[in-house]
Amino acid sequence: MSFAAFRQLRVALVILGLGVLLSGCGVNNIPTFEEQAKAKWSDVNNQYQRRADLIPNLVETVRGYAKQERETLEAVVNARAKATSIQITPDIVNDPAKFKQFQDAQAQLSGALGRLIAVSEAYPDLKSNQNFLSLQSQLEGTENRIAVSRRDYIEAVRVYNTELRTFPGVLWANTLYRSQKPMETFTVSEETRRPPAVKF
Amino acid sequence: MRRNRLLAIPMAFALALFALAAHALTFPQLTGRVVDEAGILDATIRQSLTEKLAAVEAKSGDQIVVVTLKSLQGTSIEDYGYQLGRAWGIGQKGVNNGTLLIVAPNERKVRIEVGYGLEGALTDAVTKLIIENAILPRFRAADFPGGIVRGVDDIVQIASGDAEEYKRRAAQRPENVSGGIDAVTLIFVVIVVLVFLWHIRNGMHGGPPGARRRGGYSGPVFIPSGGSWSSGSSSGSSDSGGGFSGGGGSFGGGGSSGSW
Repeated sequence: MSFAAFRQLRVALVILGLGVLLSGCGVNNIPTFEEQAKAKWSDVNNQYQRRADLIPNLVETVRGYAKQERETLEAVVNARAKATSIQITPDIVNDPAKFKQFQDAQAQLSGALGRLIAVSEAYPDLKSNQNFLSLQSQLEGTENRIAVSRRDYIEAVRVYNTELRTFPGVLWANTLYRSQKPMETFTVSEETRRPPAVKF
Repeated sequence: MRRNRLLAIPMAFALALFALAAHALTFPQLTGRVVDEAGILDATIRQSLTEKLAAVEAKSGDQIVVVTLKSLQGTSIEDYGYQLGRAWGIGQKGVNNGTLLIVAPNERKVRIEVGYGLEGALTDAVTKLIIENAILPRFRAADFPGGIVRGVDDIVQIASGDAEEYKRRAAQRPENVSGGIDAVTLIFVVIVVLVFLWHIRNGMHGGPPGARRRGGYSGPVFIPSGGSWSSGSSSGSSDSGGGFSGGGGSFGGGGSSGSW
């Protein structure tokens, strides 16, 4: 075979290789990471929703045994109403003000729930109620899932935001994906949102 | 040589990402279905537990692992538990039907960590009941083997109770598969292929394989873009022989804990 033909084949293969390298260079990364972060965000939301769904039952159960804790119960009900009234739109992750509002509302609900669990300590009948025990373990599990999904989300956002700002992602961010904005992430620490641990 | 250097840049980038994702906690090695790091189980009990758990996996595919820990390394058992489950990849990939029974005798903590796919059967409330009723009374009497064996029995019983129900639930949670090619790449590849074909048409009628290799590009091409923590690239060697490894399942913090 002639040398020229071999050269041409070589050129073609180098171009092919470059094309492959281009996708290796992360032209796909920004949209991929964004989708992953969005998926994690919907996970976080699901877990918060799950918690909100548990609360009416929990409040009713506690009310049955501890009527005098009206203030604490009302605080939970109000905080839940406030947290669930926030419209979760897809762009909330790009909107610092809205994101903060969401985060604050959930943090307030965490605090109110923590107090509810703490005061229920004082009611032995309530503490031995099977329904309450079951709800309490579900609430603990949900708080734990919230913590896990928040961490996964924070990590996914970190990867995405890093990709937007570092080489080579920054090249794509400034050319192909100009409309992509960094995502918001949680700033309130998990520890302050967890209800105090309850010993049986 | 030049080609190697070109490759090195994206590879270093991927490695850096991977290093960033690595976590400060260290985990014991997954040596079998019973990992007794704290040394509270004797060989007979380890053996019988291993056989029991292998039988469960053979029947339903559920991977249940018992682990005792010397130390929680300063974090909570909830935090340690899901990360351990993900690091080991317990449960089958995509189905996430793994469960860990974690005992940390030094911190006096126990936890049942439930993979996504088993959360429907082993709910938080149920796992709490197992811990409170089967495990903790025996642990309080310092009977660790007894508590662990009873706990495992209950977990197995509940997990196999309604196999159909939890299989259905697990099926509803398919893992998001990363990958896919976007339009820009596609167009680029089409152009490259056209150029390539054009060259072949004009230049030659196919060369010997040696020539192809010299100009060619071989080796790993796509940098995996996954952000997932699951260690499940090794798809499950789930048979219960000598070697045991996780099937690549993931965890999301399901289950419950107790202390004594």
